[in-house]
Amino acid sequence: MTYRLRVDPIACTAHGMCAELLPELIELDPWGYPILLSPVVPPSVMDHARRAVDACPTMALLMEEGIGRPLLS
Amino acid sequence: MSAFFHGPALWYATRATGLVTMLLLTASVLLGILTTGRFAGGNWPRFLTVGLHRNMSLLTVVFLVLHVGTTVVDKFVSIPLTAAFIPFTSSYKEFWLSLGAVALDLLIALVATSLIRNRLGLRAWRWFHWAAYACWPVALAHGLGAGTDRSTLGVFMLTIGCAAAVTGVATWRFVGAARAGAR
Amino acid sequence: MTSVALSAYRAPELRLPRLLAGVSYYHPTGLAEHQELYGPLPLRAAVGRSRPGRPRPGSLIDLVERSGLTGRGGAGFPTGRKMRSVAARRGKTVVVANGAEGEPASCKDRLLLTRAPHLILDGITLAAYAIGADEAHLVVHGQEADLMASLEDAIADRETFGVDPVPIQLTGLPARYVSSEQSSIVQYLSGGPAKPTFSPPRPHERGVKGRPTLVNNVETLAHLALIARYGHGWFRGVGTPAAPGSTLVTVGGAVARPGVYEIEMGTPIGQVVMMAGGPSERLQALLVGGYFGAWLPAAFAWPVPMTHADLRAVGGAMGAGMVIALPVTACALAETARVVSYLAEETAAQCGPCMFGLPALANTLIELAYQGGWGRAVKAIATLVPLIERRGACRHPDGATQLVRSALTAFSADARWHDRHGPCPGVGRAPLLPVPSDEEREWDWT
Repeated sequence: MTYRLRVDPIACTAHGMCAELLPELIELDPWGYPILLSPVVPPSVMDHARRAVDACPTMALLMEEGIGRPLLS
Repeated sequence: MSAFFHGPALWYATRATGLVTMLLLTASVLLGILTTGRFAGGNWPRFLTVGLHRNMSLLTVVFLVLHVGTTVVDKFVSIPLTAAFIPFTSSYKEFWLSLGAVALDLLIALVATSLIRNRLGLRAWRWFHWAAYACWPVALAHGLGAGTDRSTLGVFMLTIGCAAAVTGVATWRFVGAARAGAR
Repeated sequence: MTSVALSAYRAPELRLPRLLAGVSYYHPTGLAEHQELYGPLPLRAAVGRSRPGRPRPGSLIDLVERSGLTGRGGAGFPTGRKMRSVAARRGKTVVVANGAEGEPASCKDRLLLTRAPHLILDGITLAAYAIGADEAHLVVHGQEADLMASLEDAIADRETFGVDPVPIQLTGLPARYVSSEQSSIVQYLSGGPAKPTFSPPRPHERGVKGRPTLVNNVETLAHLALIARYGHGWFRGVGTPAAPGSTLVTVGGAVARPGVYEIEMGTPIGQVVMMAGGPSERLQALLVGGYFGAWLPAAFAWPVPMTHADLRAVGGAMGAGMVIALPVTACALAETARVVSYLAEETAAQCGPCMFGLPALANTLIELAYQGGWGRAVKAIATLVPLIERRGACRHPDGATQLVRSALTAFSADARWHDRHGPCPGVGRAPLLPVPSDEEREWDWT
């Protein structure tokens, strides 16, 4: 079962805690918003990823199970 | 044994835990305001602010439980457990104790909604969390009114200090936000 | 499939026009005229809601799937599949017809709404019947009072004769570019601001007031109205097997007769330009697909068929069918800079990368086009673009970045020249790509 991270860009207000807690996967752009270097979470940083998701003050970082997006756009 | 329940030991414990609860609650509120104010220093990452805020809040609950426990168990003055949750049910210092009950209820709401935040959704959670700005002053007022130490200079100064800290940080946060223009 | 007697329309003899048949210059086609031209509303063809695994022959959704109709709003998604996915959901559903043509360069929806409203209204009613909807909406931009009035009249006429089992509600959206986006419309109809929302859930899962919602462009629904009358075989009589049917395109820029034309899907771009009277000056490039489309060099674009697949294959996009001809006397970078500035002003200001990234991109483009880049602008743009694309909640930033990418590809030599030397003579030319004036735009979201 793979886990993927996703950012809700509307909820995100650039607090930046996710990048502090998960620098392996998240970088901040020049305006302070998160860039996901890789959406898939490797097992080695799973705990850190969960902590980052939990720490986000606006619940903008999401962790989802599964393979991919639904087919219908 | 009855000396324990009738003597001053529990009373000291109530006052001590009450004081610590006030300090912890003040610290929680301060850290909460600093979180939304995006406080970050050179060696102080932002996740520390929000992490401490959460841990402080939980610690506040622990000391609050001790504070309520020692009060209820103390036989010197008879205060029923229900008075801790429902205002206007104790005969001793009815009004000031009721404030404590209100503050406790608000704190339960704050902590409970935060624990189920994921299921609640952001907007509902945020709406509840504004109650923190009601909980803290009510708790402080309870301390001043129901507490027996307010005449002690040290305790009084501590309370004023807490009030000043929160007022100061809140002003920094909200005046700064108003100047920058809220998004 | 019940094949209605092909009365006044004489469909098998004429390939085109179809949607634009009988469109008058002076006034909208009235209800009586419309029924005389195309025949009555074939409601009995839309029997029942299809259930997955058990499609009923003769049901409208089946028909639409077999016809190969794809969305005419820009995405080109198969309409039958969309209808089936909404119909398969539990509970009552909602139909929304999107007539809010946000693209300044496109007029085709406006033409249909003002001149052939009953085709669209027929389409809405048929779609509602097919997916079991009890709520139907038609949305347009609210500031166009004349348009709203004429549509209200058309709907009122139908009410008099009890044509639509489900009443069609007309709603005016704020005049913002992102308001015409699918999720914005759904949020607005649910009582919120006309701004895009984060998905999932998508409208077909949870749409207006939480109910599964079918959102279709008005042109798509107009095609539906004719497919229901004449069948899938008739629809496939024009176009290509992979991209069947006809479509409306808006041709503008340096052509002799700019306007809306109905073409067969798969018509080469050059032929479309010739239909509009051909170039009025020598051309350097064509902007195909509107402001979310792509620049293509003129000679290269000329033989490319107008279908979603063919345009994607050459790095372009069909969008909602717009072709704008850019003459050699104009400066593509200046035109792009102006459009991106407009798009930057039209963000919903909800997502950081778009809100901050698009103005930065616009400013760098303006520098490049009008002042010169001191050798740094092209690189700055190349750094900015990946920071912006796909990082918003909707496709607004992606459209702008696609336009910029295609500009730097199609006009790479010009870009390098501008970077080193500054503006070219073309920047002084009167603007070609339309951008609404401040009076036409709205600054409110509700």
